[in-house]
Amino acid sequence: MATPRWLDWPVFRQLTGPDRLGRGAAAVSRETESLRPRVATADKVSKSICPYCAVGCGQNVYVQDGRVTHIEGDPDSPVSRGRLCPKGSASLQLTTGSSRRHEVLYRRPYGTEWEPLDLETAMDMVAERVIRTRRENWQEEVDGSRTRRTLGIASLGGATLDNEENYLIKKLFTALGIVQVENQARVCHSSTVAGLGTSFGRGGGTTYLQDLQHSDCIIIEGSNFAEAHPVGFQWVMEAKARGATVIHVDPRFSRTSALADLYVPIRAGTDIAFLGGIINHVLSTGKYFHDYVVNYTNAAMLVHEDFQDTEDLDGLFGGFDREDGTYDVDSWQYEGVRVASAAGKRSVDEPRHPGRDMQSSGHPESHGFGGPALHGEPLRDETLQHPRCVFQVLRRHYARYTPEMVEQVCGIPREKFLRVCEEITSNSGRDRTTAFAYAVGWTQHSVGAQYIRAASILQLLLGNIGRPGGGILALRGHASIQGSSDIPTLFDLLPGYIPMPHAHLHEDLNHFISSDAADKGYWANMRAYVVSLLKAWWGPAATEENDYCFDYLPRLTGGHSTYDTVMAQRDGICRGYFLLGENPAVGSANSRMQRLGMANLDWLVVRDFSLIESATWWQDGPEIETGELRSTEIGTEVFFFPAAAHIEKSGSFTNTNRLLQWKHQAKEPDGEARSDMWFIYHLGRRIRERLAGSTEPMDRPILDLTWDYPLEGTLGDPNAEAVLAEINGWDAEGRPLSGYDDIRDDGSTSCGCWIYCGVYQDGVNQAARRRPHREQNWTGSEWGWAWPQNRRTLYSRASADPEGRPWSERKALVWWDEEAGRWTGHDSIDFIADRPPSYRPAPEARGVEAISGVDPFIMQADGKGWLYTPAGLVDGPLPTHYEPQESPFPNLLYPQQRNPVRLANSREDNRYQPSGDEPGAEVYPYVVTTYRLTEHFTAGGMTRWQPYLAELQPEFFCEVSPELAEERGLEHHGWATIVTARNAIEARVVVTDRMTPLFVQGRTVHQIGMPYHWGPNGYTTGDSANELSSITLDPNAHIQEVKAWTADIRPGRRPRGAALRRYVEDYRRRAGVTETTGTEA
Amino acid sequence: MPTNQFSGPDPHVAASAGHRDAPPRYGFFTDTSVCIGCKACEVACKEWNAIPEDGLELTGMSFDNTGRLGADSWRHVAFVEQRKPLVGPPPDESHRGVDALAAAAQGVTVPEQGGWPAPLVPEQPGRGGDGGSAGDTDLRWLMASDVCKHCTHAACLDVCPTGSLFRTEFGTVVVQEDICNGCGYCVPACPYGVIDQRPDDGRAWKCTLCYDRVGVGMEPACAKACPTDSIQFGELDELRERAAARVEQLHGDGVGSARLYGHDPEDGVGGDGAFFLLLDEPEVYGLPPDPVVTTRDLPRMWAHVGVAAATMLGGLAAMFVGRRS
Ligand code: SF4
Ligand code: SF4
Repeated sequence: MATPRWLDWPVFRQLTGPDRLGRGAAAVSRETESLRPRVATADKVSKSICPYCAVGCGQNVYVQDGRVTHIEGDPDSPVSRGRLCPKGSASLQLTTGSSRRHEVLYRRPYGTEWEPLDLETAMDMVAERVIRTRRENWQEEVDGSRTRRTLGIASLGGATLDNEENYLIKKLFTALGIVQVENQARVCHSSTVAGLGTSFGRGGGTTYLQDLQHSDCIIIEGSNFAEAHPVGFQWVMEAKARGATVIHVDPRFSRTSALADLYVPIRAGTDIAFLGGIINHVLSTGKYFHDYVVNYTNAAMLVHEDFQDTEDLDGLFGGFDREDGTYDVDSWQYEGVRVASAAGKRSVDEPRHPGRDMQSSGHPESHGFGGPALHGEPLRDETLQHPRCVFQVLRRHYARYTPEMVEQVCGIPREKFLRVCEEITSNSGRDRTTAFAYAVGWTQHSVGAQYIRAASILQLLLGNIGRPGGGILALRGHASIQGSSDIPTLFDLLPGYIPMPHAHLHEDLNHFISSDAADKGYWANMRAYVVSLLKAWWGPAATEENDYCFDYLPRLTGGHSTYDTVMAQRDGICRGYFLLGENPAVGSANSRMQRLGMANLDWLVVRDFSLIESATWWQDGPEIETGELRSTEIGTEVFFFPAAAHIEKSGSFTNTNRLLQWKHQAKEPDGEARSDMWFIYHLGRRIRERLAGSTEPMDRPILDLTWDYPLEGTLGDPNAEAVLAEINGWDAEGRPLSGYDDIRDDGSTSCGCWIYCGVYQDGVNQAARRRPHREQNWTGSEWGWAWPQNRRTLYSRASADPEGRPWSERKALVWWDEEAGRWTGHDSIDFIADRPPSYRPAPEARGVEAISGVDPFIMQADGKGWLYTPAGLVDGPLPTHYEPQESPFPNLLYPQQRNPVRLANSREDNRYQPSGDEPGAEVYPYVVTTYRLTEHFTAGGMTRWQPYLAELQPEFFCEVSPELAEERGLEHHGWATIVTARNAIEARVVVTDRMTPLFVQGRTVHQIGMPYHWGPNGYTTGDSANELSSITLDPNAHIQEVKAWTADIRPGRRPRGAALRRYVEDYRRRAGVTETTGTEA
Repeated sequence: MPTNQFSGPDPHVAASAGHRDAPPRYGFFTDTSVCIGCKACEVACKEWNAIPEDGLELTGMSFDNTGRLGADSWRHVAFVEQRKPLVGPPPDESHRGVDALAAAAQGVTVPEQGGWPAPLVPEQPGRGGDGGSAGDTDLRWLMASDVCKHCTHAACLDVCPTGSLFRTEFGTVVVQEDICNGCGYCVPACPYGVIDQRPDDGRAWKCTLCYDRVGVGMEPACAKACPTDSIQFGELDELRERAAARVEQLHGDGVGSARLYGHDPEDGVGGDGAFFLLLDEPEVYGLPPDPVVTTRDLPRMWAHVGVAAATMLGGLAAMFVGRRS
């Protein structure tokens, strides 16, 4: 406080001025007079993008005297319009707060404390470990097939990193022969890629946030939209303000439900029954959009006469092999066509039966950009009457999904269900459109891909795909998780959804191309995309003579997902592990198993802002407390590297709109914090230096790798634009390519990710474009760059009728301009711009020439939206309701209880519980679901350490209904212990009417809700919900089932120390849990 | 210019405080019907104003862990869970006298009608009353971001002996921290329980309506961040028009419970610079139903300042509604 001078004294001024009461002008103090906000005094404003969820809100970063002084929303952004949610608003604390670490730390084997270590030494040590572990665990061949890889090293993380960083991670690790490269996309949305990809030809959401404003009805299901994507939710509110109906279907009444016009509670894990019920309603009442369905979907295609549906086989499709628990998918195919199937079965001379190892290699995810290939012309019945046409197959399949069945399975009262049907159907058609928005409430199931398929079928029947206000929006939850799928740090993919080659199927490039490329559509150019990728990675070393170094790519032999990796760690196969901004000890299913896996490693590298749980489990993890592990007996060497924040590096994020947005570096990171780009680049440089001169064939890929990037700044960060330019690709003269039509298969072009081709068109960073939204239409096409080819609405050809006219004026998006001979409209059309609606390909046409004027789904082998997937998924051509791995109920729809081909792996640390009628199921009687809160983010690494966020949700809690509280004696604000066959945790109890008991199969069932953000480290701490979940995977995408499982709940805190394991064991005993429980097909 | 500068309407509040050529009066219209309870307003406010963290306490009051406005919380989002549908006629007056926040602390829900408290567990499973099926919920989860009201007649300002609290040219009420001596007179004076002292040196703190940002033509941090435009910043007259239209629209949509709070220049504080659209009685949100400027009678007391101040402070404590310690 300054001492006031006489003349400044308010009383003096009030006596002498017009403010006689001294309450205004006369009272102004010296400080007030000189008040200047720091936004006005900043030296520069740097443009960035929020690092939390995938809404991708624009941020203005204010820098003064080399320090970041403020971060707030960028009003120019067409996505966010200047707004930020609490997390985005806390970005300043995240990036400049005291919780960030700036020094490298080292924990030696069997050590009990961290030790300081300088960055250079640490980098050298890691380089040395990578080389040694790789050499010691090299697999040149497996079962006589060349694999050229190591399973000794794995990495996890990428969705919080820039596209350019993901690109370098995948490039370096692939060249090193590391196949276990994974990121959050596996555990969040891998089933989206499989589900949307097989339905429409691309695995990204079909629409974008801003377009929701044009919806007449929005169904939010499997998503806590308002809480997990708050700023994106403004577009739902915009639609609501224009009169749209908003419906929220969810196990719990959340902040999203609070803003909905209609809230529909549902038993977790039963959405296919619910959506199947709506499909049945639409088909049986004739409310489908007939002209759309006939012309734009595969409704008219005839299915092979050998096809057997779940109707015929008690809930199984034809082709099931009980012995190895997989389907032979041959009989699912169209009449008259050979289909390249999901499991890699591509031609007649291949094994008749794919078997589990090939099935598990994740092929369905490769349909993220291009549906499965077909060879031949399917037979059609335009009248939709043929008993084997898709339309009739669909009708029969869903006939048993009646409103009564929905009520009994989902616990949704009939009237409420019919009201949803009424809203959806009356808001679809020529004049109106309905949109679906979902997130991990749909993806994270043992039938996750089929949840998304069910919504896809419904939206196709209603004619809502490719149209304004329609579509399916996959709400993604990490800043660049769409990017880390497109430029995949994923084991089963190469950039642009090119599959990773399989050891037994893809011995050479020709074989690889012939087994996956389609006859029709853009995927027919697959060879060009693959060759250009190999040129980007191996430059001059990649020649036609050596198959463009196709042999340098390591090969898969089965599943190498992050969950397979955990088991490989437990089994001593995986010895070294990189965690690049991911915290599996909290965020992945079965956290305890994650830690036990890490305790079995030789070395672990953790790159993060703070000491997350995955970095400190050896010192203070839960197993140290229970006595299962002792620090002095754990041999894992741990390196902690402090990471740079989003504002400390340049690069691009791809948001949930498939939109690439460039972030400009505001300042360099402090201390030893470095970008992941810096880390990967310099790690690669060091490894290459050490291996220089090696004559070992295994070292060729890493030595021949193109690894020269201009370095910049005082720290020597690789220039991110140079990496983006490589991703975009160039021609023989080094000129940037302007789109994937330019990519060639003769080695004359190079392109690091074909679906991003065009992002560096004309040598201009298109992702950095920032034309304010006020200066353009709602598509915001001059803000950033969206794949593919900067198109915002996918499949927009379907917004016009077969003749090329909008279905209605109200829903016009693009249309054929006869005079100009081109398509025109509000968005850049997702079609061949000058192909007239009347165009019909000649019978011998191939590739792009074969796409007819009425084929809106240009990445599909038949140009149509797939109501029925004759190939591409391994668990059935039509979504079918199965109960979750763990459920209190038998499957009322079929005798088949669970997804017969789900990946369940019963191990001592991953036991399953009895379900349905099985004895012991009553020991774990309640349904559990997990979710996010607005105030926190994923595994908490970016929020639990931030005081401004921690104080808003300061403790881990579980939500229960008053009825369940009464049944179990739980007290509001007290403690509860929740237990499964995996572990037991404690949580504060929130008793709330927002949790509703449901009436299912004649009895009441209770559900428990738990946010999954907490763990023992950080500023707010608590047990982790994922201690309870099991590793049970969707067979298409290897995503874990964490949105529906069963548990018991009791009042009071959990046992401590060794008593905890005894408590869990006791429950297992009472429930009769054995190694075979829950494992039957 | 009004004759009594301590109560009643005052259309030129800045001019009354001696600001020549004052800009129009600025304020907030907080439309709680579109609030998603995200608390971005709370965080944006803290980040901009560098307000200390306020303690890690799980309150048990729905999703509200801030609890109240205070020296370290200048925005506060209240959460009220109710068993009543969103769309419906105006609610009856049954909530008068109910302390909704205290009820929430006990884990009970504000009842739709009738007596208090609601039974924690209804007799039948499920609450829809359609017999066979549970799962038919008619729930309402109200969320509302509270803030300093920037009253037309601000008692805090009237009682401030140092001139630390002052009326800005935008018509807002701001504490000048370089002058505040921590006497604390303003704290009991506020009819809304907004202003509060920090324990360290006793100085008083509250929302400044981002006086510094507004001064350079920017909107306040909370309004800027708010994802759904629940918090709208602008010229007060224009906001009042907008708010009236919004109430009408909601009534047309069947949301009969929508009403404005703090918008009326004839009310006990001469109207608020920050006013609200609510979906229930103010008490449900922890707001006083009929706030009155506590210094309305100040002119009469002017001659006996010493005595009056003591009397006033004692009397004012009784007027606290919605403020809990
Ligand atoms: S977390 Fe998501 S919604 Fe919130 S500010 Fe960041 S990008 Fe926007
Ligand atoms: S007022 Fe706006 S920012 Fe504050 S909680 Fe409500 S929606 Fe969020």
